[in-house]
Amino acid sequence: MTTLEALHLAKDYQIRGSGLRPHILKAVDDVSLIVRPGESVALVGESGSGKSTIAKMLIRLVDPTAGDITLDGERIGSGHRATKRYRKRVQMVFQDPFSSLNPSLPIRHQLVRPLRIHGIVHTRAEEERELHRLLDSVNLGPAAEILAKYPHELSGGQRQRIAIARALAPQPEVLIADEPVSMLDVSIRLEILQLLDDLKKQRNLAVLYITHDLATARHFSTQIVVMRHGRVVERGPSSDVILNPIHPYTQLLVRAAPDPHSEAFDLDPERFRLSPDVLVTPDDPGPAQPGHWARAWADDAAVAELLATA
Amino acid sequence: MSEPLLRISDLTVDYATDRPVRAVDGVSLEIHPGEIVGLAGESGCGKSTLAYTVTRLLQPPAQISGGSIEWRREDGGTTDILGLDGRELRAFRWQEISMVFQGAMNALNPVHRIGAQIEDVFVDHRAGLSRAERRERAAELLRTVGIPVDRLKSYPHELSGGMRQRVMIAMALALRPRLIIMDEPTTALDVVVQRNILEEIDRLRSEFGFAVLFITHDLGLLLEISDRVGVMLSGRLVEENTPQALLDGAGHEYTRHLLRSFPSLRGDVPLTGTRYVDIERGEEALA
Repeated sequence: MTTLEALHLAKDYQIRGSGLRPHILKAVDDVSLIVRPGESVALVGESGSGKSTIAKMLIRLVDPTAGDITLDGERIGSGHRATKRYRKRVQMVFQDPFSSLNPSLPIRHQLVRPLRIHGIVHTRAEEERELHRLLDSVNLGPAAEILAKYPHELSGGQRQRIAIARALAPQPEVLIADEPVSMLDVSIRLEILQLLDDLKKQRNLAVLYITHDLATARHFSTQIVVMRHGRVVERGPSSDVILNPIHPYTQLLVRAAPDPHSEAFDLDPERFRLSPDVLVTPDDPGPAQPGHWARAWADDAAVAELLATA
Repeated sequence: MSEPLLRISDLTVDYATDRPVRAVDGVSLEIHPGEIVGLAGESGCGKSTLAYTVTRLLQPPAQISGGSIEWRREDGGTTDILGLDGRELRAFRWQEISMVFQGAMNALNPVHRIGAQIEDVFVDHRAGLSRAERRERAAELLRTVGIPVDRLKSYPHELSGGMRQRVMIAMALALRPRLIIMDEPTTALDVVVQRNILEEIDRLRSEFGFAVLFITHDLGLLLEISDRVGVMLSGRLVEENTPQALLDGAGHEYTRHLLRSFPSLRGDVPLTGTRYVDIERGEEALA
């Protein structure tokens, strides 16, 4: 099975600066990730932290300014054919199930396209069998009825299931889920996340789960990577990062998240002193190092500002 | 216990479409002065329709089929909100009850400056104010919600989502209403910004003493900020209690389902990803 590896990814955007000089926005600044089969990595951070830019680079909708993306150590060539081969193996589920499905085409069409494009089916009979299997795997039925419907006839949760089925159609090895449940009602979010989790286990998928919801990140992922301003500020095994957040920004996230079941969380920038096993260094040691790491923030003006307002 | 500020009794609202829908079904709810009442429920459960009914913003095909909404004036008398019309309604709205609408991203007019939009409230409701006085009041409101005053000259797209939401709250505060209805005010914001806005609302409430009807589908959030929480399902208010009582043991199966549907961040509450079926109606509530 396949391991997705992103090394030193960076993306700069030119935005209008003052006067004639263009201003460079470092949307993603030297981020490395490894997602292994059967494992899910959560990428968390506020809006504008660069999470979605990473997703777009990983699915090749955006070209990185620097850095490498490899599948099982193999670099991905450029060009249409290489991209198509790559997308057969790496698929994405988008945030908004209301706009990620074509409103003017029935569900059947939206699921048949990836099956044909990626050569999964060759005959009508195979196509029919595969469609049923796909809908079955996302717990939607009866198949004939669903396939004939248009997106507007389905609920948000059903639409997101279709989007997941569509992503699974080419039989990918890596799935990137960019805020897959944030547009859905709280009461059905767990169902969809549970479904992704089951599929991950059944198909040995490598899953990158992008979210700003720390609670589900903890419960559905093995590793958590926290981003702020395009850089990784903390990474480590999920429960370690949530129960013992070291970087002030992670602590702020933990404090801000609603959690009526637990005691209030107190911010403590000195927390690292109590946790000698957590590595605190100015440079990201990268994902190959499996332990709990936080970026040193002594010289970071943005963190000082953050702590001042907290 | 003080007299309730707002008393909704047995309110029923229908959408008279080809297939009529009962959006609000016999809901009774009281809000006391200075209290935060949370209303939880998923899309389509009727919580926004309820908010629009209270502010009399419902448009056809929606029609109020029954019930009453009573408002306690400052002089102690009561006003029948459903009976207001024309000038009375205009004098009542925003003055007594204001509203922060869902989606701060879209609720401001993109082609007017923030200052002009806040001043509009005074143009409409405080005809006597001079231009300079209006400007001064608008500046004061921005200061109240923690936005630098020079932002009066900004257009909405120049502000972040959190700032836009603060502007919406400033507008809702403009006439010092005694009740502010907030319909999903923080849903589009990320957690840290959401927390700031919630703390801001709480601070302003202790400063000005208004009551809040806070509507969202995020029950976890409501449990933290509300004095009382109501849960709506298919137009009915199925349960109403204090957050602690709900956490200790909710009476209705649907509330228990909602309580189970968000994992605890730091606790070890087991996860269940099941679907709730509304037995009384014999249909899938989430279909």
